[in-house]
Amino acid sequence: MSMRTGGTARAGQYAALLGYLVFLAFPFLWLISTAFKPARELGSLHPTWIPDHPTLDNFRTAFDEQPLLRAAANSLTAALCAALIAVVVATPLAYVMARRRSRLTTAATGWVVISQAFPLVLLIIPLFLILKNLHLINTLWGLIMVYAVWALPFALWMLVGYVRAVPAELEEAASVDGAGRLRTLVSVTAPLLAPGIVATALFAFITAWNELFFALVLLKTPEKQTLPVVLTHFIGAEGAADLGPLAAAAFLATLPSLVIFAIIQRRITGGMLAGAVKS
Amino acid sequence: MTLANATVRSGKHGPPGGPQDRPSRPVERSAGTWFLVLPALIPILVLSVGPLLYGIALAFTDAQSGRTRSTQWVGGLNFQDLLHDTLFWDSFRIGLVWAFGVTVPQFVLALGLALLLNQNLRMRWLARALAIIPWAMPEVVVGIMWRLVYHPDAGVLNETLRDLGLGDGRDWLTGLATALPAVIVVGVWAGMPQTAVALLAGLQNTPHELHEAAALDGAGAWRRFRTVTWPVLRPVALAITALNFIWNFNSFALVYVLTNGGPGGRTRLPMLFAYEEAFHYGQFGYAAAMGCVMVAVISVILAVYLAGRLRGGGER
Repeated sequence: MSMRTGGTARAGQYAALLGYLVFLAFPFLWLISTAFKPARELGSLHPTWIPDHPTLDNFRTAFDEQPLLRAAANSLTAALCAALIAVVVATPLAYVMARRRSRLTTAATGWVVISQAFPLVLLIIPLFLILKNLHLINTLWGLIMVYAVWALPFALWMLVGYVRAVPAELEEAASVDGAGRLRTLVSVTAPLLAPGIVATALFAFITAWNELFFALVLLKTPEKQTLPVVLTHFIGAEGAADLGPLAAAAFLATLPSLVIFAIIQRRITGGMLAGAVKS
Repeated sequence: MTLANATVRSGKHGPPGGPQDRPSRPVERSAGTWFLVLPALIPILVLSVGPLLYGIALAFTDAQSGRTRSTQWVGGLNFQDLLHDTLFWDSFRIGLVWAFGVTVPQFVLALGLALLLNQNLRMRWLARALAIIPWAMPEVVVGIMWRLVYHPDAGVLNETLRDLGLGDGRDWLTGLATALPAVIVVGVWAGMPQTAVALLAGLQNTPHELHEAAALDGAGAWRRFRTVTWPVLRPVALAITALNFIWNFNSFALVYVLTNGGPGGRTRLPMLFAYEEAFHYGQFGYAAAMGCVMVAVISVILAVYLAGRLRGGGER
């Protein structure tokens, strides 16, 4: 943190940075390495970092053994619908929360904070009973509704920050120019808010794509289960031969989240801070 | 802060006159507001607030899964049973060890990483790129990945130990003594980058001129950190550690995949215990009571932590 750093200090900093790089990277590199190893090498007592004979067999086996594609399609449907619903209902509320201070705003902010502190078990048992009464248990729609609401606190948190970043003066200027409220919202606010809304939707998508607990409880039929649930079926009886397909499937399941996250990471940090400034 | 400013601003702008003359209030308390608010409010009430209250109520009943007899109020019976349930207290103790064991190293390592990333170092971009991986990865995959690292035969950890001549390694996740430390390492790995990015964003709010002025005054690196950086970073650090603690204490998927609570319950976090109680044994009321105790304990710990920290800030 110094302005003029001596040579030894610099070297120490680089050594520390290298340590972090290794700690962060090595499990992921090992996952990739395992995914491309043929079964024979996985059985060997001296596994290597770089496979001697890299192969795609594990990916093929993974797709044959478990209904991964169907699970991925389920995850995609659930995550897309949940993300869309979440931003569609959250954006208007976030707008109200950002633009005016009322008891409602306070209550909504309180809910955002409190909902973070509750253990999911306290939420899942009632949800299980409610969805069962509505005959939505073991359906993707039931899960989608749960995911949409579950993504709301963070979506609101981010969106309130983005709305605040749009100067109220701009809206005032538009209405002075004679634009109606709806026109102001559509033609002035919405375009400025669009990148933030997209980032929020993508974040909600990843949240739902990655989620295990709700899906584990709410989906019982294998045909309806999402990717994380199906991945857990791989675990347990891991003979050496099964490690490769397990690694391959896990690697594939990560790719969508990684790609999206790489795109929106800066916006998320911005959103977190924008939301945090008020507290 | 911003919220308050916005309100002050719109208040100032509001000249006397009818609502039409007050363009500075884009949203009015009217049917329009309700139209904006209701689409979110109804799902929140039906699928979040309602169920949470319902869940708390269930803790005072003998609700069970798949039972035909109607559910009865039993008052504090579930909590009395919990008091004598040694398995639950074991699980609770493990949960606290896990939550502190993960949150503290998470913060210390994240602060180190954030300070490094705030420096003008080469390879900084690589660390930033790698930091995304644990953050974005599904927890299930994090668990699977570390199972491969810890694997007794095909795992890289034991292989490295063998190469270094440090013995044959062991079965980390099924050893009674090693299981909890092993899952704690995974927890730290999974949460550290997110914390580091939040802290880094906080660091970048530190006024640069202050640093330079302090350096000119001859303040060493540690003193500059104490007097210039930390006061700015403090609110962010407070918020992120509090959130991390809550998330860690309530976490489920990571340990479910890594050990499923084993060996012999050594890693059975409260959430795993409550999950089994509810969905293996169907004891909804009892599991809900566990959830309530978890909320209560978290609230107390956080209240003590935040009160202590805030007071500490006031004395300075």
